[in-house]
Amino acid sequence: MPKLKLEDLAELREKARKAISLREGAARVKVTVHMGTCGIAAGSRKIVEAALREVEERDLRDVMVTTSGCAGLCSREPMVTVEAVGEAPVKYVDLTEAKIKAIFAEHVAEGRIVEQYALAIGSERTY
Amino acid sequence: MAYRMHLMVCAGTGCVANRSLEFRDALEKEIGKRGLDSEIQVVTTGCNGFCGAGPLMVVQPDGIFYQQLTPKDIPHLVEEHFLKGRPVQKLMYIPPEKRTAIPKMMDIPFFSRQMLIALRNRGLIDPEKIEEYIARDGYTALAKALTEMTPEEILNEVKISGLRGRGGAGFPAGTKWEATRNAQGEPKYVICNGDEGDPGAFMDRSIVESDPHSVIEGMILGAKAIGARWGVVYIRNEYPLAVQRLQIALAQAREYGLLGDDILGTGYDFDISVSRGAGAFVCGEATALVAAVEGRLGEPRARPPRLAEKGVWGKPTCLNNVETWVNVPPIINRGGKWFASIGTERSKGTKVFSLVGKIKNTGLVEVPMGITLREIIYDIGGGIQGDKKFKAVQTGGPSGGCIPAQLIDLSVDFETLTEAGSMMGSGGMVVMDEETCMVDVARYFLTFTQDESCGKCTPCREGTKLMLDILTKITDGHGTMDDLEALQEVSKVVAEASLCGLGTSAPNPVLTTMRYFRDEYLAHIEAHKCPAHVCRQLNTYRIDPEICVQRGHGCGVCRRECPEKAIFGEKNQPHRIDASLCNKCGTCVDLCHFDAVIVE
Repeated sequence: MPKLKLEDLAELREKARKAISLREGAARVKVTVHMGTCGIAAGSRKIVEAALREVEERDLRDVMVTTSGCAGLCSREPMVTVEAVGEAPVKYVDLTEAKIKAIFAEHVAEGRIVEQYALAIGSERTY
Repeated sequence: MAYRMHLMVCAGTGCVANRSLEFRDALEKEIGKRGLDSEIQVVTTGCNGFCGAGPLMVVQPDGIFYQQLTPKDIPHLVEEHFLKGRPVQKLMYIPPEKRTAIPKMMDIPFFSRQMLIALRNRGLIDPEKIEEYIARDGYTALAKALTEMTPEEILNEVKISGLRGRGGAGFPAGTKWEATRNAQGEPKYVICNGDEGDPGAFMDRSIVESDPHSVIEGMILGAKAIGARWGVVYIRNEYPLAVQRLQIALAQAREYGLLGDDILGTGYDFDISVSRGAGAFVCGEATALVAAVEGRLGEPRARPPRLAEKGVWGKPTCLNNVETWVNVPPIINRGGKWFASIGTERSKGTKVFSLVGKIKNTGLVEVPMGITLREIIYDIGGGIQGDKKFKAVQTGGPSGGCIPAQLIDLSVDFETLTEAGSMMGSGGMVVMDEETCMVDVARYFLTFTQDESCGKCTPCREGTKLMLDILTKITDGHGTMDDLEALQEVSKVVAEASLCGLGTSAPNPVLTTMRYFRDEYLAHIEAHKCPAHVCRQLNTYRIDPEICVQRGHGCGVCRRECPEKAIFGEKNQPHRIDASLCNKCGTCVDLCHFDAVIVE
């Protein structure tokens, strides 16, 4: 391991930050893949893997991919909810790997909701 | 493929003692079994601070806090939370008065009320990976200082910050650094005092185990400001994990050119060696520590000359505590003014306390100076165990004093604690409830300091023994009012005339308990009673005949076990104790399942 010079230190820091940024819990966009039994049966595991691949390939530092249980509309699984900070969450339905790629390209990276894949915007009313 | 989840498993000594490494290994196995190992990373971190609730794990990025984990929780946890996304409630933290769990770490009062500067990396990095320290801005202060600042500027930032020593005395760090810088003699040394001898204190252990690089970085910064060539970390041998992690960190820092010759290519040469303690409390005292480092007998010497003038091998030496050193990198990165904006007028920044004793949430807390004892004990600590009445809090370890309940709104800083008769010390906070005997507490701490007295100076060597003998006499029920007067006088002499801090502060527990709890001393001496029933020789024991028969059916356990054969009775009949034969050992109380033995 060659001794570090100043520039090396800064570079190493950037590289290492990416590896642990997930721990800070802060993100600009949160992508939740719904993994209730319905979701898993419909193939949401492939969607999670595709989402994680997108994060890696696009080198996204401020995007969190996480999972949750069933969102309620089982007939339209696999489903994903994309929440950007300060924006209302958007639910995407009937997903495939190709669709999730498009969602990352348009919504996650650029902030443009992909209307033809979206079901609804906003949250349910809870008591 | 990127990880979608990081599982931060705590591997501080407390959790490791509770088998957290076994838990981690089983967790890794289960995750592998479920095919999740490319999505979920298991990270081993240092101490999280909430040691009473270990083994601990924090799930990121969700921030969900799990506690008291065992390997048998794993299959369910992995299936429910990591596979299906349903966090497991029964493994979360449930606050003492409530029944619903608090899932997120930052919502748990123990954590949310703390302000982490010294402990900034706790639970967030693997202490054996230098890259993770660097990712969280590690060594950026060093880079800044070595390339953009002069040594005087580094020193000035520390002076502006108002940082005071965190080892106990609270001496301004900037002033000490300046004195060492201005002293004559080469080479100069910096020392990190990691002896942490106070029983119940584990702040320094936690820092060295969880974030050893922060200690190293702080020391290099100090050395550059002072013009030192060598550093020594003196660490007590009772901390094997801390020693191990420190040595790994030192090797990594050297490998990366952050320590040793020509640091970061700037031409500055500085290296650090590790010196291990051998079990003496007195070696936490600066001059005794230096003697130990030199291989001499660990005894203090008179000052002047100060260590800044003549320290290790007679050369100018700056000695600071672990916690003091780790505050330096943030001060350089964010400025002395930022640090000075936290805390009170004369006590700047934060302090790490080890909150132990009869408190619900036991662990390490870092809070801004000026916070009240009430906030620490109730908001962060969760209150007294069993909701018993709060009686006193001992601060500053065996050299500290007991602060009574009526002073609970005291703001915690160097000056106020000293005025109240105690001291900040290294940060130990032992919480006591109504079932604590304050005379016994004084005796307990004096047993420690008397045993650790090195013997070199007469006041401490003879005085602590004398004080201990008097206190033992009082707790045995043979104390007199003359003894009380003698105790007061001897305490004052030991405090004034002892050679080092061990002796000068050993009487503190006695003096504060006599000041605030004099009635307990009088009860022991005049009434021959211990109000808290701790001093067993002063108790009388009798069996409640109704409880014995109705609940215990005259089981006879006490009769069989009584060493003096002082208990009489038949099965199904009420038992009784013959007071003239009773030696007050209290065995019957400890053994009775039905609480039939009444202590008076």
